[in-house]
Amino acid sequence: MSATDPSALALFWLAVIGVAILAYVVLDGFDLGVGILFGTTKDAVLRDEMIATISPFWDGNETWLIVVGASLFAAFPAVYAVFLGAFYIPVLLLLLGLIFRGVAFEFRARGAARGLWDGGFVVGSFVAAFVQGAAVGAMIRGIPVVNGQFSGSSFDWVAPLPILCGIGLVLGYALLGAGWLVLKSEDPLRGWARGRIPVLARAVIAVLGLAVVIAFIDRARMTGSLFLDRPWGFIFPLIGIVAVVGIFAGVRQRRDSWPFAMTVVLFVAAFLSLAVMFWPYMIPYSVTVATAAAPEASLSFLFWGAGLFVLPVIGAYTAVVYWMFRGKQRKGYTPATAPPSTVKGS
Amino acid sequence: MELDPVLLSRVQFAFVISFHIIFPAFTIGLAAWLATLEGARLWTGNQLYRRIFDFWLKIFALSFGMGVVSGIVMAFQFGTNWSVLAERTGSIQGPLLGYETFTAFMLEATFFGVVLLGRDRVPPWFYFLACCMVSLGTMFSSFWILANNSWMQVPLGHVVVDGKIVPGDWWAITTGPIMRIRWPHMLLAAFLTTGMGISATGAWYLLRGNDVPEARAMLRWGLGLVAVMIPVQMFFGHLTGIYVLNYQPAKFAAIEARWKTQQPASEVLIALPDPFEQRNLFALEIPRLGSFIASGNWTAREIGLEAYPPEDRPPVIIPFFAFRIMVGMGLIMLAVSWFGAFLRWRGRLESTRWFLWVAFLSFPSGFIAVLAGWFTAEVGRQPWVVYGLLRTKDAVTPSLTTGDVVLSLACYVIVYTIIFAFGLFFIHRLLRDGPGRDASDRTKITPARPLAVAMQTSAEGPQ
Repeated sequence: MSATDPSALALFWLAVIGVAILAYVVLDGFDLGVGILFGTTKDAVLRDEMIATISPFWDGNETWLIVVGASLFAAFPAVYAVFLGAFYIPVLLLLLGLIFRGVAFEFRARGAARGLWDGGFVVGSFVAAFVQGAAVGAMIRGIPVVNGQFSGSSFDWVAPLPILCGIGLVLGYALLGAGWLVLKSEDPLRGWARGRIPVLARAVIAVLGLAVVIAFIDRARMTGSLFLDRPWGFIFPLIGIVAVVGIFAGVRQRRDSWPFAMTVVLFVAAFLSLAVMFWPYMIPYSVTVATAAAPEASLSFLFWGAGLFVLPVIGAYTAVVYWMFRGKQRKGYTPATAPPSTVKGS
Repeated sequence: MELDPVLLSRVQFAFVISFHIIFPAFTIGLAAWLATLEGARLWTGNQLYRRIFDFWLKIFALSFGMGVVSGIVMAFQFGTNWSVLAERTGSIQGPLLGYETFTAFMLEATFFGVVLLGRDRVPPWFYFLACCMVSLGTMFSSFWILANNSWMQVPLGHVVVDGKIVPGDWWAITTGPIMRIRWPHMLLAAFLTTGMGISATGAWYLLRGNDVPEARAMLRWGLGLVAVMIPVQMFFGHLTGIYVLNYQPAKFAAIEARWKTQQPASEVLIALPDPFEQRNLFALEIPRLGSFIASGNWTAREIGLEAYPPEDRPPVIIPFFAFRIMVGMGLIMLAVSWFGAFLRWRGRLESTRWFLWVAFLSFPSGFIAVLAGWFTAEVGRQPWVVYGLLRTKDAVTPSLTTGDVVLSLACYVIVYTIIFAFGLFFIHRLLRDGPGRDASDRTKITPARPLAVAMQTSAEGPQ
């Protein structure tokens, strides 16, 4: 592969990965956010209802992370290799966080050691969100690559910008989670969540602003091919600003769907801003889409089965689940994991 | 050997994948068992099969969930610890493993949901179809894993362009001669594992005297299945041995603990290989049998490890013992299942208590055989990660330090210990409670969450 333009199949798989990342960020983002908010209250009723609003979805939401990982290895093995090598510790923490969180989800209703599982749920959600943000921050700084392999050290991501981005994503997911709770629940949980949105939104804006400043101070490698080359790209940050206005308006006018919808728009805008900033790199600022793509023989082998058949099924399945559980969480709903009210047995 | 990132990464991979393989090895067989039970119920209308089905469905759901959780970690191991492998061979291994992931999620997302929740919502024939599709899905999943691993054992169908290993012929990669032997070998191993587990469960209940009709069916079906399949498995094991001899002679010599080239070659039945002096201590050998096993005549010359430069020799102790453990487990399965068939013919199967104890205690034989077989295959492939193409020591992520891998390995050990202890505890509780308990409370669970079904019922516990 030369450093020419990427092939149509490479662009197809790039689009698949892009959509899968966005789907993951938005979908697992809200349930990680609910996990983070879960840690900010001790009220057992609120907590159980929070769990209920995400219990039909969270497992399926994490599917998208696997789609990202599998597609990346299959279609862009060079990126898979560099990314996972560079983020050895964050990926470890992410996996452990997600595993612990998932198991805590199932075990917390078992009665025994409930405090441990509740703690695991919060910490797992927090860690998973933080390391994702930190990885984005480290990518903005640039990932050093020599001979197709990561050439930095395993703790390169421990720097001001990545840590700030980690905090930013924790807050951002919490905002998304609060929006989800407003969308899916009735008072008192709805009122509780709505009350947190303005604070979280302001915190997200503050962190994002600080991150932009630090990014420009820290711009050792981020030269040339950024926004300055593509001024039209500024449309996305502008959309993000409009979305923030929409979040505040949604809270003021008590529209239950606005905060969540507008936060989703904010995430999409942030994602596209980063995409414009990074293009044509997949690993900024060293590995391009064209150089990272697997040979056409691999991409087409993947396309005829996974691309044409499997991905539409996963997408359709996701849509069906969300459709089945649409609308407000019904009152008196017991979460799937709650023990049956009457114990059957011998 | 020192504790460098290569060795630690190998230990970590062995740890996480050994944990993982236990669950798929069980669920491949269980899915086929469930489909068989549902088919038998449709055919005969006997509700006994329904009760057994409902019972094993819970075990299946929990095992499947554990397999998914431990499988997520596997999806990232190739990049985190073996990034040179991922980069150099990713255009072949990536699509193969990608298809495995996609297949598994297709299965979970669609037909598994129907099997878990759709009993009352779909017609019986469709429910049976869903069971068959789940079973087919688990087999497809194993197909991709074995295609990938067979390619690592004997790379075929690739071309090297500018130092990059790229796919040339996908048919050769996915359905080559090695794959046609190793995939059936693994599928049979999974069926045998499940068969021994089911018959052991039946024997357990018969010893305790509970759920007798279900227990009798489990014992008979399980033992019958093993009795029929174990000779077939031994035949495929033999074919596997021939491929190793032809394509990986150094691995074959390691399995045989044959240090020196011999003519005629003896067969080492058991010994303590001494890799430092390159000899066998306390060896029990049969003259000339080694030649016969490898070449089919009593005088053939068989190559020993000395024929290879030291840097190309695999370790001996693990392949040597793991292979013998695997074969030993196979012989146990053969003895138990055939003697069980004999007792059944004499009408004494359920009343011979000592045999019920033997059948019960041999429940782990399949699991041990699967693990031992994989250890033989994987350690015997060393020092190569992709045989003849890429050495393991050159495949590791270059930026890793010893501290990094010590940290990650310690984390995996701790977390897996906690989580799998709970998982196995719940599986044990389900097995202990038996099929007599009502399992109808399946409402409010989404198909995306297999764990929840099993958790819900296992939480009821004896009061």
